[in-house]
Amino acid sequence: MIFEVFRQEKKGQAFQHAGSVDAPDAAFAEAWAREQFGRRGESEALWLVAREAVHEVHDFPDEFDLKYRRVDGYSLKVRLKEARERAGTTPARAG
Amino acid sequence: MNERARLLLELADDELVVGWRDSEWTGIAPTLEEDVAFSSIAQNEIGHARALYELVARERGTTADELAFDRSPDEYRCARLVELRLPEWEKTIARHYVYEEADAKRLERLKQSEDADIAGLAAKIDREEAYHRMHAQMWFDRLEGEPRFTSALDELRPLLETGRDENTSDLTELWDEMTIVRRSQPAGTKW
Repeated sequence: MIFEVFRQEKKGQAFQHAGSVDAPDAAFAEAWAREQFGRRGESEALWLVAREAVHEVHDFPDEFDLKYRRVDGYSLKVRLKEARERAGTTPARAG
Repeated sequence: MNERARLLLELADDELVVGWRDSEWTGIAPTLEEDVAFSSIAQNEIGHARALYELVARERGTTADELAFDRSPDEYRCARLVELRLPEWEKTIARHYVYEEADAKRLERLKQSEDADIAGLAAKIDREEAYHRMHAQMWFDRLEGEPRFTSALDELRPLLETGRDENTSDLTELWDEMTIVRRSQPAGTKW
């Protein structure tokens, strides 16, 4: 059985995927994960998740290129510059 | 030798020798993960041995290394159980289980010691041993009832508290391996 290991580096931080262990059951997975991911003081806590318990999701179609739905797809800076050029007002100092 | 030194050396020698024996699986344990885990346990045991030798060394004006490596094989106080070379995994795990079970009781007693150094060190060692016990228990649960494991337990359990005053040829061979580098030290060299 493959167990995916998620590691929390400090209290309060998000758990991040750290790797996996191949173990016959949860007890072995715990013992082995402690060794691989915990004994050098590098982890506050671990999450062990059987790989088959992970519900994986792929493919996010965006056929019509609807950029406005993306949080990073809308640059105000460029639009502002274009608007200022149209209006003929340029700020004293470019910022 | 006083009672305190005798007690500490028994424990230290057990830990050194079982650590050395367990380390013989490094690189050839049944799976990669177990290799890492068991090697780490072996290192811990040798770390415990060093701390215990240091307690005795302070009292006797010597060093941990001298106690670990400069005594003759017949001066070692370890039990027969840890001396044996066990190239069978089920026997190694049976020894690990039997040893950890007994070690837990021994540490529990030492934690109550009136000697603050001994009680403190026993508590420190026990915090690491808790993980060893968990490891031994998971293997025990896995192999329990398997005929080879059952007969290994039957064979090894009686060796737990025997042979402290004498030693096996297995220990003599191990001693030879353990001390070969140190004995090769040319006269006058200091490490």
